[in-house]
Amino acid sequence: MTNKHIDAELHTRGTSLYVDDVPPPAGMLHAAIYGSPVAHGRVKALHLDKARKAPGVVAIYTAEDVPGENQIGPVLPDEPLLATDVVEYHGHPMAMVVAESDEDARHALTLIEADIEALEVITCPRVAHEAGHILGTPRTFAMGDTAAAFADCDIVVEGRSDVGGQEHLYLETQRARAVPTEGDRLRVYSSTQSPYAVQKACARILGLPTHRVEVDVIRLGGGFGGKEDQATSWACLAALAAHKTGRPTQLVLHRLDDLRMTGKRHPYSADYKIGLSKDGNIQAFEVKHFQNSGAKTDLSLAVLERTLFHSTNSYFIPNVRAYAASCRTNLPPNTAFRGFGGPQGMFVIESAIAHAAEVMGIDRAEIQKKNLIQEGESFPYGQQAERARAVRTWEEAEEGFEVAAWQKDIDAYNAKNTATKKGLAAMPICFGISFTATFLNQASALMHVYTDGSVSLSTGGVEMGQGLSSKLVGIAARALHISPHRIKVETTNTTRIANMSPSAASATTDLNGSATILAADELLGRFRELLARELGVQDAENITFEDERVYYRGELTEWTWEKVVSQAYLSRVALSAHAFFATPNVWFDKQRETGRPFAYHVFGTAWTEVTIDLLRGTYTVDRVRLVHDLGRTINANVDLGQIEGGLAQGIGWMTLEELAFAEDGRLSSFALSTYKVPDGDALPEDIEVRMLEDADNPVGPFGSKAVGEPPLMYGIGTFFALRAALRAAAPDAELAFNAPMTPEKVMLQLHHQRLRTLWEKAPGEATAPVAAGE
Amino acid sequence: MTTHVEFWLNDRRIITDVPDGMLVLDYLRKDRLLTGTKEGCKEGDCGACSVLIGEVVEGVMRYLPVTSCLTPVGEMHGKHVVSIEGLNLPGKLNPVQQAMVERVGAQCGFCTPGFIVSMCWYMMAARETPTLEGFQRAFSGNLCRCTGYAAINRASLDLVADFGPGGKWASIWEAEDRLGALLEAGLLPAYFAEMPRRLSAIGEMEEVPRAEADADFFVAGGTDLYVQKGELLPRSQVKILNRHPEMKGIRQVGDRLHIGALTTFEEFGADPGVAAFIPEIQDYLRLIASLPLRNRATIAGNIINASPIGDMTAIMLALDTTLVFTQGDQTREVELKRFYKGYKTFDKRPGEIMTEMHLALPPQGTAVLFEKVSKRRCLDIATVNSGAKLRISDEGVIEEASLTVGGVAATPLWLEKTGEFLVGKSLTPELLREALKVAHTEMSPISDVRGSADYKRLLATQLLTAHFVKLAGDRVSVEAMLAG
Repeated sequence: MTNKHIDAELHTRGTSLYVDDVPPPAGMLHAAIYGSPVAHGRVKALHLDKARKAPGVVAIYTAEDVPGENQIGPVLPDEPLLATDVVEYHGHPMAMVVAESDEDARHALTLIEADIEALEVITCPRVAHEAGHILGTPRTFAMGDTAAAFADCDIVVEGRSDVGGQEHLYLETQRARAVPTEGDRLRVYSSTQSPYAVQKACARILGLPTHRVEVDVIRLGGGFGGKEDQATSWACLAALAAHKTGRPTQLVLHRLDDLRMTGKRHPYSADYKIGLSKDGNIQAFEVKHFQNSGAKTDLSLAVLERTLFHSTNSYFIPNVRAYAASCRTNLPPNTAFRGFGGPQGMFVIESAIAHAAEVMGIDRAEIQKKNLIQEGESFPYGQQAERARAVRTWEEAEEGFEVAAWQKDIDAYNAKNTATKKGLAAMPICFGISFTATFLNQASALMHVYTDGSVSLSTGGVEMGQGLSSKLVGIAARALHISPHRIKVETTNTTRIANMSPSAASATTDLNGSATILAADELLGRFRELLARELGVQDAENITFEDERVYYRGELTEWTWEKVVSQAYLSRVALSAHAFFATPNVWFDKQRETGRPFAYHVFGTAWTEVTIDLLRGTYTVDRVRLVHDLGRTINANVDLGQIEGGLAQGIGWMTLEELAFAEDGRLSSFALSTYKVPDGDALPEDIEVRMLEDADNPVGPFGSKAVGEPPLMYGIGTFFALRAALRAAAPDAELAFNAPMTPEKVMLQLHHQRLRTLWEKAPGEATAPVAAGE
Repeated sequence: MTTHVEFWLNDRRIITDVPDGMLVLDYLRKDRLLTGTKEGCKEGDCGACSVLIGEVVEGVMRYLPVTSCLTPVGEMHGKHVVSIEGLNLPGKLNPVQQAMVERVGAQCGFCTPGFIVSMCWYMMAARETPTLEGFQRAFSGNLCRCTGYAAINRASLDLVADFGPGGKWASIWEAEDRLGALLEAGLLPAYFAEMPRRLSAIGEMEEVPRAEADADFFVAGGTDLYVQKGELLPRSQVKILNRHPEMKGIRQVGDRLHIGALTTFEEFGADPGVAAFIPEIQDYLRLIASLPLRNRATIAGNIINASPIGDMTAIMLALDTTLVFTQGDQTREVELKRFYKGYKTFDKRPGEIMTEMHLALPPQGTAVLFEKVSKRRCLDIATVNSGAKLRISDEGVIEEASLTVGGVAATPLWLEKTGEFLVGKSLTPELLREALKVAHTEMSPISDVRGSADYKRLLATQLLTAHFVKLAGDRVSVEAMLAG
C-alpha cells in the first residue's frame, strides 16, 4: 500500500499538465463566449457585424450554426448550448467568438450588442414555487404518520431555515481544447468529471455518432462537482468551433466569466416542523424544501433527491414527511457540489433540533445523541441502517475529546469574558454511498501488462485532486501483488473506457477500484493456469502471489512477476484484461419512494469550537475534533487530505462564502475580491482527525469506504457553534437559521436592539432586513 | 510602445520587445511555454501565479514574491524572474518540494507551484531560523481550494524541524554567504550563484524619450489597475513608473516624514521610522493585503485609486498626510483630507503625477491605530475600516483625535466634526457615545455586496469605539460600550 499522492512530485515541480499546459498545436484558435447581459428576456436581435470585422476574428457562431441538436441537458432536454429566442439567466451563452488569440476574441466580445426585451426576473425559490415554476415533479418521502405523531408530542416547534449556495471556485477554471483529427472526427481535451457526458454531448450537437468524438482527461485543477455536468457546454463549444473551422480551438473561461456563467451549489429555503417527547426523543419531523435550481434542470432533480435522502441526517425518526421541489429561477443553472444536496438537507434537521433544544431549554447535543440511528432502524426511504456507526463515532468523540470537560471550560470562559464569547457544537454525519440513479453504479477497468512487467491501468475515473490515481495504484499493486512503481494510471479516455459514469458521488474509487481488482484477478487467474502448466500441477488454486513472487502450496517457487509476464507473452497468454463492476444489491423504486439506494453509509461526529469578538462581530473557528468512519483506509494521507479539505470547504460554506445576487439576477459577488473562500488564516489550526478503528466495510475495495463528500458536512457544526456563542452573548436575541453566518449576520443579530438608538436615520437611507437576508 | 527589455528568466537570458504592459504571467505561459505558473484569478487574489523577482540591492541579490498576473514585463529590465521551473533542481526535489510530497500537501496541484514559490522564497529571505508562522505569512497570499492548508502546515513544520534550531541545516542562518549555504543545502539550483554577476552585466535600458502625456496609463504597482483594465493595458501605451527609483524611499526631514510615491506597503511597514510611531504596522499589513500584493502595491496608488475603503488611505488620512504633485518642473501640494471631491473624483490635474507624500511625525504619546472588518479577516477588501491618530493625557483628556472611516461614504472619510467634538474633553463612555452620534452625521453608507448600510454604520460605530478601547480600556471598557 502506498500512502503517497502519486502526482505530488509533478505538482511541486510545476510539471503536471492541465488542459492548456499542453503545448498548443500550430494554428490553434481561441474561443470566447458572449453571455446574456440580462437575467431574463426575449432576444430581438444580436448585432455581430462589428465584432466580425474585429482584428483576428475568424468566426462568430450562434445557435443557428449548430449542425446537430442544439441541446446539452443531461437529464431533461431543456438546455440549448447557445440561447435562441429567450435568455434565462445573466451570462446565458448566446454567441461564441473564435479568433486567432484569446485577446482578440475577448476584444471582439466588447463589440457585440444584444437587443433584448426584458422579462420578469425571479431569484427566490419560494416565489418561483408559488408561481408554479417547478422543474420535474416535487417529491415526498414519508414514513409513519406525522399528523398523528405530532398530536402526541410534548413539544412541537416550527420554523424556517435558509442556506446559501456555494461557488466551486476550482482554481482551474472551465476549459477544453478540441482538435479535429480526420474525417469528421475530433479529439477533445476537457477538464471534466464526466468524459462520457462530454463525448455524448459533443456528438449530439455536431450530429455525429458518439464514436467520432474522443474525450481525453489528464487531470482537473479541482472539480468539487462543478465539472460534473457543467464542463460539458464549454467542451461542446470548443468542439463546435474546431468542427466548423477545421482548426484546433481552445476555450478557457476567464475567472469572472466562470463565476458569472456557471451554476453553483443550490441555495435552499425550507419550512420545518419537529415534534419531541419531553425527554428529547424526536417523534415526528416534517419539512418542505424549496430548492433554488436556477434556470435549467441540469442535475437539480438528482440533487433534490439526495436532499430528501439526507433530510434526517444521522437520526432515526419514526414519523417523517419530507417534501422537496426544484424551483426554477433566473440564476445560472445550479449544479452538483460536494455533498450534492445532502448538506442542505442536513442543515434543516440540525436547525430544527437546535430550535427544539432552545425551546425546551436543554442541550442540543442531548437531543442529537438520544436520536442517533441504530442498527436495523429505518431511514425514511426504507433502507435499514447496517453496520450503523453513528453511536460509535459519537461516543468515541465524546469520550476521546473529553467533551464534558471541554464544555465546562467554555462555560467558564464565557462566565469570565465579556468582550468575547465561545461556542461549542456537535455535528454528526451520515452519508449514503452510491449514485442514487442506480444505473450509474457501474465501472470498467482496462489493464495492460507489458512484457517488462510494467502495468498500464485505465479506468473511467477522473483524477481531480481527490487522489484517485494514488488509490488506484495502491489497489492495483495490492491486487496484483507487485510494487506500486510498476503501475501507471493513464489519462481518462473514452476510447479506452466506454460509457463511463461521472467521477462523482464519492463513489469513484469504490467503483473503479473494484473494477481494477476484477481486472487484476482476471490476469492472475490466467497466470495461475499458465503456472500450473509450467509447474506441472493440477491444482492451480494453490498457486499464490506475494511481493512479486509465486508460491505453490505456500512454498516459494523460482517464478517472479517479470518471469511470469515474460512467459505469458511467449505462451501467447493475453496480457490485457478488461473488467466490469456493478455495485450489487442497490435499487430504488421512485414510484413508492422506497428501496435500498446505498451500498453503505459513512458515519462520523465532529465537535467545533468558535470565539466571537462582540465588539467587532468577527469570529474565529478555533478547533475541530472529529471521529470519522473510513472503513479500512487505502491511503491514509490522501484520506486525511479529503477529510480536512472537505471540512474546510464546509466551514467556508457556513461562514464567509456568501453568494450575492442582485434583484435583477446579476451576481454581485462576481470576483475573488467579493467572493471569499477560506485562506489559511480562516481555518482552525487545531484540527484533530481520528479515523474510526476496527471498522471494516465488506462492500468497499479492500474494506475501504468512500471519503470525498461526507467530511464537508462537518462544517455545518461551525454554524451551530457560532449560534451557541451568540446565545452566550445575547440569550434573548432573535437568531435566524440562515447560513452562511457571515460577520454581518453575527453583528446585526448581536446588536439588533442597539441598531435604532445609535444614529438618527438619514432620510431615504435603505434599511436591510435584519438577519432575514435572502 | 516597445522598448527592448533585458532580464533573466530562470537560467536564461531574455531580450524582448513585447509590449511593456504585457503581464509576466502571459509572457511566461504563452511566449515561453513555462506553464508551471498557473492563472487562477488574474486579480492577485489566489497566488497560483506567484513568481520571484530578484534584483541586486546594495551588492546582494534580493528576491521578492509577486503575483505575475499583476506585474508588467516592462518592469523586468535588469531583474531575475524566477518561475517554479527555475527553482527545480535537476533530477531531484528541493527540501520544500520534498516536504510537500511527504506530507501530501498537494491535491489537485493547481495551486501547488505558487505555494512552493512562496515557501522557497521564505527559506531564501528569512532573517532568522524558519518558523511555522513565518511560512504561513509567506504563503498568506496563496489559496488552496482542495483545501490542504493543514497538510501544508505539516510540511512547513517538517522544514522548521530540519532547518530550525537543532536541525541538520540550522547553520544556514548564520552563514555569511547565505546564497552559498542555500545552494549547499540543495534549496536552490546552482545557477543562482551566477545571478549577481549576470544582472550587473545588464546596462541601463534605453527608454524611448516621449512626452508623458502620450501615455494612456501610468503603472506603478498595478495591483488595482490591472484588475480593472487588465485587458486594455497590453494594448495600450503605458508608462512604467517603477523605472523611476527616485520616487521611492522614506526619509526624515526635520520633524516630517517624506515618503516617495512609489513606496510599497511592504517597504512602508519595514521602515524603522514608521514602525517607531506605528508599532503594530506589521499586524495591520497582514489584514490589509497578502505579501505578494504588499510587495507591489504603492501607497500613492492606494490614494489615487480613491476607493472609499482604501486601507492604507485610512491610515494616511488619519496621519494628516500632504500629497506632492509634479508636472514638468511645477510642484503642488494638496492635503489628503481635502483631496477627494466625490466618488473616485479628486484634486489631481491632467498630466500631474504624485511624486511624494509627507506628514508630521506624531509627538510622543500619540497612538496610530487601524481597524478593519471584512468577510474574511485577511486578504479581503474592507467592509468598513478606520484609522486613528489619538493622544490622550494621563488625566484622560483627549489632546488629539484624527479619526477616519472607510466604507461609509463615497470617499474615504476624515471625521472632522467628530475630532473637533472630542478634543479637549475628558474621555468617558458617555462622551464617546455622544461623539459617535456626531460621527454618524458625517457618514452616509449605502448597501452593497460588502454589507448593508445598517451593518456599515454599526461597524463604523464599533471600530471607532475599538480605537478608544484599545488605547484607554480602563476609561472606556468593551462592557461599558456594549451596554450602551
